[in-house]
Amino acid sequence: MQTNLLKCSLLMSVVVALCFSTASYAQLTTYQQQEWLHSPAASSHIGNLTGAARAAALPYRRYCVGCHGELGDGNGENAVWFATPMYAQPRNFQLAVFKCRSTPTGTLPTDQDLFDTIGRGMDRSNMPQWTPLSKQERADLVAWIKHYSPRWQTEKAGTPIQIPPEPEITPERVKAGQEVFAKMQCYKCHGVQGMANGPSASTLTDDLNQPIAAFNFTDGSRPKCGDTDRDIYRIFMTGLDGTPMPSFADNIKPDEAWDLVFYLRSLQPHNSFNAKEREIAKQLGLKPVNPNAPAQ
Amino acid sequence: MRMWAQSHLCQKPQRITSVLAAALALTCVILGASQSASALPAFARKYGLRCSACHESWPMLNYFGQKFKDNGYQLMNDRDAPIWQNPGYWPVTFRITPIWHRVSTNKVAVDQSSNGEGKITESGFDLSGLDFHTGGTLEKNVSFYVLPSSDATASFHFETVMARLDNIGGSPWFNVKLGKFELDNLLSEKRILTLTANGGIYQLYHFIPAGDGNVFGQMGDNQLGLELLGHSYSDRTRYSVSLLSSNDGQVGLPYGSESYSTFITGSQAFDAGKLGVQRLGFYVMAGVAPTYYLTTGGAPITGSGTQNKGYSREGFVGQFYFGQRVDLTVVTQHGEDSAWFGQGYGDFVDNPNAICNTPTGTQPCNNIPGTQLIRGARNPTWNGVLFEPHYVVSPQMILLARYETIRMSQQSTPGAASSLGNISTYTFGYRYNPFMTSRAGFAYHGEYNWFHQDGTSPVTATNLTSSELLFGIDFDF
Repeated sequence: MQTNLLKCSLLMSVVVALCFSTASYAQLTTYQQQEWLHSPAASSHIGNLTGAARAAALPYRRYCVGCHGELGDGNGENAVWFATPMYAQPRNFQLAVFKCRSTPTGTLPTDQDLFDTIGRGMDRSNMPQWTPLSKQERADLVAWIKHYSPRWQTEKAGTPIQIPPEPEITPERVKAGQEVFAKMQCYKCHGVQGMANGPSASTLTDDLNQPIAAFNFTDGSRPKCGDTDRDIYRIFMTGLDGTPMPSFADNIKPDEAWDLVFYLRSLQPHNSFNAKEREIAKQLGLKPVNPNAPAQ
Repeated sequence: MRMWAQSHLCQKPQRITSVLAAALALTCVILGASQSASALPAFARKYGLRCSACHESWPMLNYFGQKFKDNGYQLMNDRDAPIWQNPGYWPVTFRITPIWHRVSTNKVAVDQSSNGEGKITESGFDLSGLDFHTGGTLEKNVSFYVLPSSDATASFHFETVMARLDNIGGSPWFNVKLGKFELDNLLSEKRILTLTANGGIYQLYHFIPAGDGNVFGQMGDNQLGLELLGHSYSDRTRYSVSLLSSNDGQVGLPYGSESYSTFITGSQAFDAGKLGVQRLGFYVMAGVAPTYYLTTGGAPITGSGTQNKGYSREGFVGQFYFGQRVDLTVVTQHGEDSAWFGQGYGDFVDNPNAICNTPTGTQPCNNIPGTQLIRGARNPTWNGVLFEPHYVVSPQMILLARYETIRMSQQSTPGAASSLGNISTYTFGYRYNPFMTSRAGFAYHGEYNWFHQDGTSPVTATNLTSSELLFGIDFDF
């Protein structure tokens, strides 16, 4: 009888432990998720579009679940194949931490940010561009994504940062951008020539302790959060939450951020954005930054 | 209640074990039956996407899959070039379908019947042919597709062999395809969701009027040629223009050497809010094909066909979505053949013993110089329409139906019954994928087809009706 009781207690303990571990990991219980899903707040707003989480159950299952998982925890059946620094792991929506935002670091992204990410996809990850989906479907998916984390119920999205108009490119600006690159020690991760081979590059991990690679400016890759000048500016100022890329909003002025954009453009191979920057860098005869040079 | 259950269970450990085992078994069965669902698993493996990402129900593409195909089997990300793949990756997929089916035809030529015709019903276990798909990229923006395909006796032919240059000049509007390929039909027959003999094809894509000798206008058959195709970045706007040899996709230039056809399509999709994305398009197939062949010992000499005559097929295609679960595809067609084809000329190579009527009597269907058509012979013309609705129960299950009808509007031979050759056919079915991963496809398939054609039974030339019931397991890996 005692043996039976012991077995029963052990069994119950395991069940309880499993329940608690699941609850703490999921952050929202399945019941809570379902409840939230049917609340009026389970929506997204992108321009004139209103997305409804409930309407996204089928598209999420069709398009997303293989990577992001039924629970939105980034543990779909394909996730195991992405465990390499070269490819980002599927996003864990339960944590509500997103790289691509227009909002300050540490804040939630806007619905538009999430909508843009779904349409843009992400290079060096398994996330394709989902533009063939209707805008309504994408808006619904934004609402759905939000139902996985309680953060969306207690916090509001951050206020998008202001991006001043892009100034005229000049040789002085490109040179100044290189100085910002040196001063902010961007080379530590991105390397002195932007080749993602800085001294810290091999040690980088994300917030979940997964190895992560710094962005290589020289191999023609598209930055994950957009490849226009404004997108790159935004990345400096918001940071990529969940990764070692910090926000420099408190460290550099808007003008300096634009200078940095121009300098980084000059490191990229020829593309549709950087002809002028490359030409200027060539005329200036810019050499890679010297990490050992005395600070100016 | 919960307390009782807990206490009760704790006092009966043996019973607990049984209950837990039963619950576990039930859970496994339920999970096994409801795990999420898969067409070219080779592509799914490469990109780590489930079948449902590209397929409404495999093998039928959804808009995302269509864009992937239009981009030359590329997602347009850094994973497209094969150099980024694990060296062990093999872009190959096999597909075959073991089935049970019952086929009943009301009028088949039978010696033992008083009028030479009788009803035949057959049933049993059977196999489809084997498709051996291999495709993908050779380099970024250079893609290929090769499909050796067998019939059920393992006799192989090349269904598709083509290479593509994609995004020429960095523009999605310019892509070129060379080889043997499926015409750019918005409603793809190669991705049809049905498997029966008459329901497994689109009648519109293969229609030949009774007695007509034009085998060259079958837009459902893969054709040999060169195609220029393009699309907008979002794939909402699409076009294609093909130059094809008029040989119905058969290799070795079996018919004429100077006979060409063209196939042109265009379509535009519209984002209709909560209804989904709607697409409207058109197609035109037009060309010439030979009716006269040089002979040797009375047998046609391949590739010697001349005396080209014209034909055309044109119509509209609409893909309409009514929310996430219901969609309807509509295809229309108006077709016309030259009166020469209508009188049976054209396919002399495959039917050297066929006899055609002339004002002076009969002769083999070879348009030798001086041949005349019978008085009043006209271009056969017809109109047809196809409706195919789907109900998507889940990404793993789809219910489907189809109604097709083709009506002759003008017979080639004066006095022929106006309905001769008319077709009506209905198909109903389902496909259920009990599981769905990025590794393989597996579907329980059930389907019923009923087919009717006027005046084409083999002996009495009366109405022909057949039906087929089919169940099978369609899988690829």
